[in-house]
Amino acid sequence: MTLHAVIIGAGSTGAAVAHDLTLRGYRVTVVERGEVACETTGRNHGLLHSGARYVLNDPPAARECAEDNALMRKLMPGILELNGGLFVALNEEDLSYKDAFLEACAQAGVPAEEIPVQEALRLEPNLNPRILAAVKVQDGVFDPFHFTLAFLATAKQHGAVVHTYTEVIDLLWNGRSVGGVKVRDRRDGREYAIGADLVVNAAGPWAGRIGAMAHVDIAVLPVAGTMVAVGRRWVRRVINRLCPPCDGGIIVPQRRNSVVGTTSWPVENPDYIAIPPEQVEAMLAAGEEFIPGFRSAPLRGISAAARPLLRESSQLVAADPGARGITRGFSCFNHAGDGAPGLFSIIGGKTTTSRLMAEVMGDVINEATGITTPCRTREVPLLPYHAFYV
Amino acid sequence: MRTLNLRIVRGGPGRPATYQTYQVSVDEHLNILDAVQKVWATQDPTLLFRHACHHASCGLCGVRVNGRERLMCLTPIAEFPEGATVTLEPLRNFPWVGDLVVDVKPLMDRMAAIQAPYVRKDELTAGSEEGTRFEDCIECGLCMSACPVVGSDSAYLGPSPLAMIKRLLEEPRGRDIQSLCALAGDAHGAWRCHSVMECVEVCPSNVAPSQAIGLLRRYLILRGRRQLAGAERR
Repeated sequence: MTLHAVIIGAGSTGAAVAHDLTLRGYRVTVVERGEVACETTGRNHGLLHSGARYVLNDPPAARECAEDNALMRKLMPGILELNGGLFVALNEEDLSYKDAFLEACAQAGVPAEEIPVQEALRLEPNLNPRILAAVKVQDGVFDPFHFTLAFLATAKQHGAVVHTYTEVIDLLWNGRSVGGVKVRDRRDGREYAIGADLVVNAAGPWAGRIGAMAHVDIAVLPVAGTMVAVGRRWVRRVINRLCPPCDGGIIVPQRRNSVVGTTSWPVENPDYIAIPPEQVEAMLAAGEEFIPGFRSAPLRGISAAARPLLRESSQLVAADPGARGITRGFSCFNHAGDGAPGLFSIIGGKTTTSRLMAEVMGDVINEATGITTPCRTREVPLLPYHAFYV
Repeated sequence: MRTLNLRIVRGGPGRPATYQTYQVSVDEHLNILDAVQKVWATQDPTLLFRHACHHASCGLCGVRVNGRERLMCLTPIAEFPEGATVTLEPLRNFPWVGDLVVDVKPLMDRMAAIQAPYVRKDELTAGSEEGTRFEDCIECGLCMSACPVVGSDSAYLGPSPLAMIKRLLEEPRGRDIQSLCALAGDAHGAWRCHSVMECVEVCPSNVAPSQAIGLLRRYLILRGRRQLAGAERR
């Protein structure tokens, strides 16, 4: 008997879960109140992480990131800029991290190669000539909307149905279990029910709102970040600062543009984030530190979105077998323990490891349903995103 | 902060279009898209609009701003004086879904038919090694909306698909050139263009479709000539 899963949210998380579950034989319906990837996912940096960013503070995350980076290159080659990246030291303090950084990369299986500064400047003539060190890594670049569409297109090919402009207004109950969702089609206001055997809450910053419908307290803290795009491709590769995560530490080129980011500040309402002009200024200044003259290029967009971070004090117990999820900033929950069997949540994480997040969520769901089909997303390539519109 | 009056089309298939005006204040360094999002978040959650990246990469936020095809994320608030009324209408020549949202399937179907690529050689940045970058075209549909031929011929390939065919002729990436030339050379292909140039005016991403169509026509003529002379198979 085919089980029907409703997934709430068509960001990269919901899309990857849809893809994973269809390949395990579930019938999948995705409901999204806006456009695909219209919020958190849409405005992420588009960085296919090499994993190097995590080697110092979270080596297991770094290793998994590097593995999934290599996988995604195989699974969606047609929509990635694959020029690699550089970690550069801008000052003595950055330089002091270099040895530990290189050692940690080696330990975590993250490809990293120190190159002479002269070589880095030859590769990237617009880089600040005063950099003190450079390390080559295997970063890639994606456009988040098309990344998400590729997962959904593939899921649709395997039978998934995607309803955009369809907002969940309540959960439905089958006795004591969550048995579906009540939705409003925002195009005409029509409300209707979608029955399901299980519901996956992939609503990102709004996951708490869905949880509340089941009287489950999902404490998501929206933490926003600002990015600024300028209309000139200053560098071929991703440029990272060789330092612990900081504001404005990354420049991602794409097309003819360069996107510098990011910042980090908690916000009240993830629906609208007022971007402080000081942050825009700070990002342009950060760009200038990497690339003298960065801000002489015309502005080509100012964006901010809320990361959905799970509050540390959350009472929920992650259902993730082997606790793989928790250390890389995402958690998967089976809310049977919270009085809402049939409801699952996946909170946090990064678009760059969506496939892996979905694999973990799929395993958690299988444990609950007794379905034994393993994850197949490592083997099944993603369709071109145009296939979404078929 | 600047206060603007956003006069936005409301309605959908079967519900006649009306204009609803919202007064909203946003920081001057932001764009019209931020103002629309603020209206949705704080005044009217029923408003439908498309967006994702807010920096002209996803191609979703195309609308007509005071009658002109623009990306909302690239329409600065600072362009409009305090208290100005800004009219926002959906793109032309696409099926209307509701409010500012249109169904872009007609464009996506054309792109799928030509197997439009997303990644190309990076000719912009220095370096002797092969680099790659995304194609300039973000498939925003502004050109399709602005083009009067798209409006009058529902089978016309349109500016951006034709520009994409030209890109494939320059850099084939394994595509079948013959079938692309057949598409471009038929009655609803490159010869339908009337050089109105509105596509070039509105393109936010360096595609200049009309120019590409000109080059495509030249290519088709030269290819036809070579085939007539027996120098190339038809």
